[in-house]
Formats: sequence, structure tokens, C-alpha cells
Amino acid sequence: MIPAAFDYVRAGSTAEAISLIGQHGDEAKFLAGGHSLLPLMKLRLAAPSVLVDIGRVSDLSYIRDGGDHIAIGALTRHMDVETSALLAEHVPLLAHAAGHVGDPQVRHRGTIGGSIAHADPASDLPATTLALGATYVAQGPNGTREIAAADFYQGFLESALEADEMLTEIRVPKMQGAGWSFQKFNRRAQDWAIVGVAAWRRNGSSGVALVNMGSTPILATSVSGALSQGASVADAAQLAAEEAEPQNDLNASPEYRVHLAKVLVRRALEEASK
Amino acid sequence: MKISVTVNGTVHDSDVEPRTLLVHYIREVLGLTGTNIGCDTSSCGACSVHVNGEAVKSCTMLAVQADGTAITTIEGLATDGQMHPMQQAFMENHGLQCGYCTPGMVMAATSLLKENPHPTEAEVRLGLEGNLCRCTGYHNIVKSVLAAADK
Amino acid sequence: MTVIDDRPAGVLGTRMLRREDPALLTGEAKFCNDLNLPGALHLAVLRSPYAHARIRSIVTDEAAASPGVVAVYTGADLMSQWASPMPSAWAVTADMKNPAHYPLATGKVAYVGDGVACVLATTDAAARDALDLIVVDYEPLEAVVDLEDALSDRVVIHDDLGTNKSYTWDLKIEGHEGQVDEAFAAAAFTVKERYVQQRLIPMAMEPRAVAAVPQPFGGGMVLYSATQIPHILKVMTALTLGIPEQQMRVITPSVGGGFGSKLDVYAEELLCVALARKHKLPVRWNEERGEGTVATTHGRGQIQHVELAADADGKLTAVRIRLLADMGGYQQLITAGIPLLGAFLYAGVYDLPQAYDFSCTGVYTTLTPTDAYRGAGRPEATYAIERAMDSLADVMGIDPMELRERNFIQKEQFPYTAMTGLTYDSGDHLLAMRQAAELSDYAGVRERQKTQNVAGSTKLLGIGQASYFEMCGLAPSRVLASLNYSAGGWEAATVRILPTNKIQVVTGTSPHGQGHETSWSMIVADKLGVPPEDVDVLHSDTAISPLGLDTYGSRSLPVGGVAIAMACDKVIDKAKKIAAHQLEANEDDLEFAGGAFTVKGSPDRTMPLAAIAFEAFTAHNLPDGLEPNLEAQVTYDPPNFSWPFGTHICTVEVDTETGQVTVLQYVAVDDCGVQVNPLIVEGQVHGGVIQGLAQALFEEAVYDTEGNLKNASLAEYLVPAASDVPSLTLGHTVTPSPTNQLGVKGIGEAGTIGAAPAVINAVVDALSSLGVHDMPMPASPHNVWKAIHAATGNAQGASK
Repeated sequence: MIPAAFDYVRAGSTAEAISLIGQHGDEAKFLAGGHSLLPLMKLRLAAPSVLVDIGRVSDLSYIRDGGDHIAIGALTRHMDVETSALLAEHVPLLAHAAGHVGDPQVRHRGTIGGSIAHADPASDLPATTLALGATYVAQGPNGTREIAAADFYQGFLESALEADEMLTEIRVPKMQGAGWSFQKFNRRAQDWAIVGVAAWRRNGSSGVALVNMGSTPILATSVSGALSQGASVADAAQLAAEEAEPQNDLNASPEYRVHLAKVLVRRALEEASK
Repeated sequence: MKISVTVNGTVHDSDVEPRTLLVHYIREVLGLTGTNIGCDTSSCGACSVHVNGEAVKSCTMLAVQADGTAITTIEGLATDGQMHPMQQAFMENHGLQCGYCTPGMVMAATSLLKENPHPTEAEVRLGLEGNLCRCTGYHNIVKSVLAAADK
Repeated sequence: MTVIDDRPAGVLGTRMLRREDPALLTGEAKFCNDLNLPGALHLAVLRSPYAHARIRSIVTDEAAASPGVVAVYTGADLMSQWASPMPSAWAVTADMKNPAHYPLATGKVAYVGDGVACVLATTDAAARDALDLIVVDYEPLEAVVDLEDALSDRVVIHDDLGTNKSYTWDLKIEGHEGQVDEAFAAAAFTVKERYVQQRLIPMAMEPRAVAAVPQPFGGGMVLYSATQIPHILKVMTALTLGIPEQQMRVITPSVGGGFGSKLDVYAEELLCVALARKHKLPVRWNEERGEGTVATTHGRGQIQHVELAADADGKLTAVRIRLLADMGGYQQLITAGIPLLGAFLYAGVYDLPQAYDFSCTGVYTTLTPTDAYRGAGRPEATYAIERAMDSLADVMGIDPMELRERNFIQKEQFPYTAMTGLTYDSGDHLLAMRQAAELSDYAGVRERQKTQNVAGSTKLLGIGQASYFEMCGLAPSRVLASLNYSAGGWEAATVRILPTNKIQVVTGTSPHGQGHETSWSMIVADKLGVPPEDVDVLHSDTAISPLGLDTYGSRSLPVGGVAIAMACDKVIDKAKKIAAHQLEANEDDLEFAGGAFTVKGSPDRTMPLAAIAFEAFTAHNLPDGLEPNLEAQVTYDPPNFSWPFGTHICTVEVDTETGQVTVLQYVAVDDCGVQVNPLIVEGQVHGGVIQGLAQALFEEAVYDTEGNLKNASLAEYLVPAASDVPSLTLGHTVTPSPTNQLGVKGIGEAGTIGAAPAVINAVVDALSSLGVHDMPMPASPHNVWKAIHAATGNAQGASK
């Protein structure tokens, strides 16, 4: 399996990356860890004519305390998210979920920014950061802007990023001791989730997002709404799929996915309520 | 494009097509055929090598991305003709049969122990989630890795 | 005779580490795709995207003009290369319908993946890039995906055959006609079940790879291939390509697993040889995984109708089997015969003196051809009888273990000639089952079920078993003849003592992970009293080992290994003549032990093999008429199959909310007769069990109605990883085979045979309180959830 031929340029800084992608237009793609893009290129399901390698933009690999949030550079690898002491303390749900992405080899190369920018509804981190109410920072030729995770996912593999914009930072609110749970239901550990749930709960507030329950990661607002109005976990979990549009595939029918979502949301909330 | 890569301690300066995958560079340009290819989808792990000391799937990395890195392949694991303790443990515990997944399995396992020197059986099994074997049923692979951890 | 843990003295029976390992562990071993062949052209094959279509036209001009491309060929272009169609070695009936097909299709394609054109180029990338430039105009026809639909001939795939039915093969037992119907009429209990053996993709970790290298000055052809069968391949390529057999040489470098999928003669092997001959250059091809999922044979693919009759005590009185077997688009090498390898085993390990009725119909579909896959016919048979036995126990309301005990062939009955005419060599099923029951705490699990499997529980405990007999050691040639198989089942061995008393063994077996070099050296060391490291084992090159029938069907040890032991005996006989001559003693007065001949009663009159070897080499002082050198060849045709057996017990917990099955414990007690190397035996069992467990829980080739394989990659076809399967608990018993001097039986497939029914029996057992009585394979969470849903009317826990 060999990708179709392409031109390769390497960016040394964020500004250079944005300039390069601007020069090459629609046919160009950013290459970070490459673990979403290269598999598609090998199967020739993607054939960009130019790759702008941002893997060496070292100033985008960091995990910093931002006061009320943790700021994560877009090029931070899954393995570094998984093992971050700062995240373990303040956003343990994200660190835990990062440990479920792919397999160790994938986590050594894949980046949180790449995963989120790819906007795959079956990926673990888009839904997890969505549940956590994260804000994404994008930089383009006209400067930076913040995009709420809830506004970011626009369709299957489609995000709010403009073609000449680059995701640079993920800001995740500190969980402040909230209970949390990450439920990933799959048949092999290395696989995408058939259904996944990222959830946290603190006093009356909660956040619940679903993996692989539609064309985008799904924020289960009905569940959180019911909980905030005092519904029991079991009753709230019945609303798990209210916002979802589950698809049919080899592993599950839509009906089974809806059922799984209810079971997994209940289990997640039970765990998060402990 | 020109790249400079240190493979098993030797610096190689090469000119490669951007689309050349790291695994093809290692196998075809450097002639190090111990690293195998078992799938097209980053699923099987047969092509695992160490890049800067960590296991990666060399089928899912471009050779140009490896520019400036230090790579260890299965051929670079033994020192002075002595097999690495992980290789020895695989031999002593019958952790291989046909041997095709073995180089990738050994590279993944050594990377795993670097990150978690004393794993439980469950941690070994999860740590090898990205490597497929069709012969051994994994029983003796897991046993091999646990034995190597005890060494 | 049953002996537990009675391992023979000496090197045989020890856990010797494998000599194969260092090269494999250090990356020095060469697989076919690792070969350095300067100047080789790369072959790429354009494959049909349609399951069933007529080829209207193929335009290759643009591809031919593509950079690096040397030539592009269609099926029509290459017709003159073939002396005969693709080989099928097993016409199971005289009137079997077998459509002629060639390495590249002409006229019609019969499955997605059927080759229609090929490119030769200077690099693999150039060859594959050019495939996109070939324009094929297809007239799509309706796909035939379902076996019962295929049998209806609603859509006929091969126009010249006029039907999709390939054959119907019956196992008729003379003098017993009518007894089956009578037994069912008189039965106190009957069960009637329909099981589906889903299609499986073998997925050896090494994809296939081929390189054909023409020798200088018309010196014939060397074919390197990742195959299990260099010898059979040599004969078949010679015949198919019209090459004189003595000019064909097949070499298999290290081979990365086969599991039956490399027991074939493939289009790419024939194409490489044909094009190397035509272009007078090496031609190589390496399979990509996605390509391999459709271009390499699949396994299983049967619908089984199983009926059992039993008397009031549960004693079996009749078995009736009707199979529908999926051939796929064409016959490959032994496609038609695979179900027949199980035909004799549908009574399992049970004493069935009265009535047996088996019939199998093979049908064509527009899917990848099927062929051997680990166990080949025998896992299917064992699954059917062992699942049906659990159903019978359920109907009778008794424990499945109790039912099996009532029906086992007793150890005193061996050798036991079954109704089917085959004689089981030895066995002790009760012993194996009791050991398995103890290791799995069978009684304890049954107790725990009483408290765990109560109303409202969402974690249900189940335990299931399978007891099996495996027909191994393929095969007595005369039996193969009676099954219309067009080759024999012997194996050849040469043992050669070199002048310095180092040993060369030449074997016709062709290992691809089984460790033959280690095990065969142990047999020779034991026989000749030499250190195993002095023994070199030569194999897998038809120039070095011209005689052989290769490795499949758990045959290598009980046929090939025994041949080696016999060749050692022959060498010892000759050495004895030399020793007698030099020691001036009677041959009858000499005994051979510890690598030396000694005159009985005179320990000082002794001559070591090393001295005899050198005498045989110099030939200065040999008995009159004796040829120099110490070498013997044996071709061994086994008098019977060998019959490994055992009991596997699986304990599972089923999450009824999600359908997830968790294996809590898996116990395998296997008896393969005498174990040459227990380390290797255990490895074979481990691998086999997980492959069987993978059929039960993970794997299935899924097709859409258009005949497209929906999971054509290792990302979607779920070969489990270490994270997804349990560790295993093994026990064993040792019941030597009385039919060979080593007492060995074979172990390559046993694990796979026991595992699928043990796992599914456990899953069904767990769910029986919910009214679930059967479970399709794989018992994926979705399938389990659907079965619970169907049985209970709602999915438990779904909507509390």
C-alpha cells in the first residue's frame, strides 16, 4: 500500500504552516502525527497533492495550567496526554480517554490536535473534549479565534476550521473534583468504539458525550438536562440517544447502538456519581 | 527529498520520494528486511520499530517524517551477537511460531517495558493490543514479556 | 493402554527450545518477500470489483504506456501459456461439476477479487499505479451470496454447467439402509438443529508472496513461494504450465503461517512462472492484505442440518447429517473435499453402533473460493455433534457431561471400528473429560450458577464443553483413493550420516511455524544416540528434498516424523552390518544403544556410530557387497489415520445488557499420543484454541447482497489481539497410537476443533435460563443481544 504521489513541505512554525497551507490551497493538507491521514492515503481514499508537515512545530507540544483550564498544544501526542500529571490532577477524564485511543504505537505518534481536527465521530477525544466543554483555538492568516467544542463539529469529518486555519490549542476546563467515567465498548481493544461515552458529574452539573452515535460526536444534552432537574441516573440514561442519529455498520444496528448508549450512559453516570 | 536517519546506530543519508513509507525505506532502501508488513491499515503491528526509543508502526509514518530521528529495528536489538533479553525470553518461552509477527511483537514489547517495567499480565495484554499474531494464541507471548520483565 | 505423563527417556519428550528461533527473532530469517532479486519485474493483478459480471472489453493502452510498465496482459492474452486450467485435485464424485478457470478470467468473473488483467513493471508501485489505468467494461450480473439461494439456481453462475450444484456426496453404509429411519421412528429423544459455519478468512500474518526466477540457458525455473506445499506445487505448476517437471524447482523460504490458506495452487504463482518464462526475467508478486482478503481462499462456509436420535437413556441411536457447502466461485485445489474430511466424524467420540447417514452438497456462489482452513471439515463436524449433544442433554434435562459419559466409546473398545468403516486407534475420553472437569472446577461452576444466574441478574455464568476426535495423519493412500483424491498420503524421509558423524535429515514436510527442524532433530537424536545439534534438517526445496507431500492436516509428525524414525532404523540396520563385520561378531549378537554397537555380554567389544560412519565413507573394509556410505530413504504410507482426542471446557460470563461475552477460563485437555516436544505441543494447542475461539466470538467474512466483502482488512475482520483473549489452562493425557513406532498422533488442529463448540456451548448454557437455545457464530455482542431479545421479547436491562 503506497500513497499516491504528493509534494511535501515542512513548516518550522505555526505562522509558516499557515502561510504554506495558504499558498497551496485546497489540495494541501496538514500532516501532524499522520495517524488519521496516512491510513486514508495508503488506501487512496485521500490523495492531497501537498502535505504540510507540522510535526516539527515544537512550540505546539505542551500541557499548561491556564488557571481555570488546562491548555494543551495541538501537537501534543496522545501518550503525553495520557501520562500528564497535570491532566491526571485536573482533567483525569481526558488523560484516561487518551489512553484508549488506538494502541500504544498509535499513541506514540498521534496528536490530540490531529484527532480533533479530523473530526471523526468514532474517535475518543472529540467526544471527550466535547463532554468537558472544551474550547479549541484556531489560528489563521488573520489571527486566532476560539471555537467552542459544541460549535466545532459540523458533519462527518467536517469541522468549523477554515481551509487556511490550523488548530493550535485545546483548552479544557478543570474538572474540580467532578466524578467521571469513560465507557468504550468495542470488540477488540485497538478498535474504534462501537459506542463510547465520556461523562462527568458534579453537584447539579454534568457533561455527557457519545462516541460513534452519529455523523459527529454527540453531546447528550437531554441527559444532562434531566439530571439537572433531578431525574435519576436510570431515567436520565433513557434519554441517552435523544440527540443521536446512529448509523448501521458491521458491528451494530442503529437499534442496538441506541440500546448500548442507554446502558453505557447509565453505567457512566453511576460510576461518575460514586 | 534528502533525509538523514540513524538506524541501528548508523547514520544513513538518503534521497527519498515523499510518499515512501518508513517501512519501505527500512526494507527496500536499507535492506533491513526483519521488519515485516502484515496489513494495509495500521492494524497488525508487524512493522513496529522504535523511533527515538518508542514503538511506532513504520507503515504509518513517512520516511521524510523520520528525518533526524534515531531508529531501532529488530536487527539492532541484539548487542555483540547476544540476543536482547526480550528476544531470549521469547525463545525460552516459545513465544513465536512462524515468526512473522515476531519482530514487531518484540519491538512493541520492549517499548512497553520501557514505559512500564513491571506490568501485570493484564497490562501486558493491553500493551500489546496493537500487534496481531495468528500462531501462538498470545499465551506464550504474554509469558515471554512477563519473563523478560522479571529479568 | 493409557499412561499419564509417561514421557520416554532421553531427548524425546523434553521441552527443547527451538533452533528455528534465533533467525526469526533477530530478523535474519528471510521470508519470500525479503528475497533480493536484482532486475525482477513486479506483478500486480487487476481484480474484479463485481461478484458476477460478463467482461465486455478490456482496454490496456494507457496502463501499458504508464512509467515503469513493461507489459500488460489480459486473460485472453495469456491463454496460450496454460497447458490446462487451474488444478483441482479432488473430484469427490465422478460427476462433480467443475468449471474450467484460468489464472486470469476470460468471459466472466465469478467473485470480487477474480483476476482480470495484470501489469508487469519495474517497481511494485509502478505496477500498482498502472492498474488504475486499465479500463474494463463489465456487464454486471446478479450476485449469488446465499447458499440456499445458490442451490435454487435462480441465477446460474457458470453458464456451461447449467447449475450451481457442484456435487452431492453421500456416505453410504452398505447393509444399513433404512436403519436410520427406523432409529428415528423408535427414538425416545430426537434433536434437529441447523448450524451455520460462517465463512472465515485464514489471515496468516504473512501475506502470500511469489517470485519466479528463470535459470540461465534454458535451465528451468525456480519458483519461490510462501506456500505450505512446495512438492505439490511443483507437480501442479509443471502440469499447468507444460514445463517438464524436472525443470521446475520450488523453494519455500521462511513461511509466515498458513492455516490451510497456503495449501493451494494460486493464480499468482502460475502468472509469475508464465511471465518469467515469457520475459526471461525474474517476476515477483507480493500480496497486499486487502487484496489477500478476497484473493486468498477462505475457510468454513457450511450450513449443517443435524439430527440425533437417542433411546430413553440418552444413548445415541442415529445421526443424520445434511450439509450444504460453499465452494465459492470455483474449485481451488481441494475445495470440494474439505467437508468430506469431516464426513466420518459426525458421531464424534460416541459409540454409535446402529445408524449413520451423511450427505453433502457443494454449491457455487459468487464469492471467494473456499478451501482448507485449520481443521478443514473436522471443526465443522465436531461443532455440529457437540452442539447437538448439548441440545439433546437440554431436551432430556440432564447435564451435558453426564450425557457424554453415557455415550463415550470406552477405552476398552479400542481399536474401535466405527460404522463409517474407519478404525479409531486408541483413546480414553472419560479420562480426558474428568481431567478437564477438575481443572475447570466444573462442579463448582455449576454451584455458582445457582446463586449467580437468578432472575434479574445481568451477568450470567455459563460453562460448556466439547469432546473431540480428530482424524489426523493424512493419510493412508488407499483411503484417499476411495475418496477420489488424486494423490497419495505418504511421506518421505532420508537420513544421511556424514563421514564425521554429523547427520543430515531430508524431509518432505514443509514447516511454516511448527518447528519441524527442532522436533525432527530430536527424533533422530533419540534414535541414533547423537546430540540433536549434530542433526541438520533439510526441507522445503524440491531440489534438496525431491519427494514429499508437505504440511497440512496435522500430518507432519504422524507421517513425516514416523518416516524419519523408520529411516533411522534402516541406517542402523546397515551400520550394524558394518559393525558386525569389523567386530567379527554376529549381527544378532549386537545391540545398539547410546550411539554405539556392542557385542552382548562383552562391553569392551564396541564400535561407535562415528567410527562406522567413517568406515562407511572410506569403504576400505566393508562387508562384501555392501554399498559405501550410510544413508537410507523411507517412504511411509501410514496404515491408518491417527486419532488425537480430548475435552475442552470453557467458562464464560455474559453481560446480558450489552451482549458481551467474557471468557473467564478456558481449559484444554488434549491427547496427541506421545509428545516429542511438549513445548511445541502446548504452543500448537494455544494457537489452535484461540483460532477456534476467534471463530466462536470474533470472526466472520461479511458480504453484502452484491457480493462485496464488507470487512476486507485487518481493521474490520476481527482477528483478536492479546488484549481480547484469555490465558489458557492446559492439561494432557498420553494415549500412544498403536499404529506407529513413535506412538504419535499430531496436534496442529486439535485446539481449533475443540474451541468453537466449547465456547458456544458455554454461551448458550449461560443464557439458557432466558430461553436462548442456540447462538449464531460469531457470538458477537450484537448477535448475543439479538438472541436475548428474540428469546425474551425485550433486551434484558434495556428499558428498566
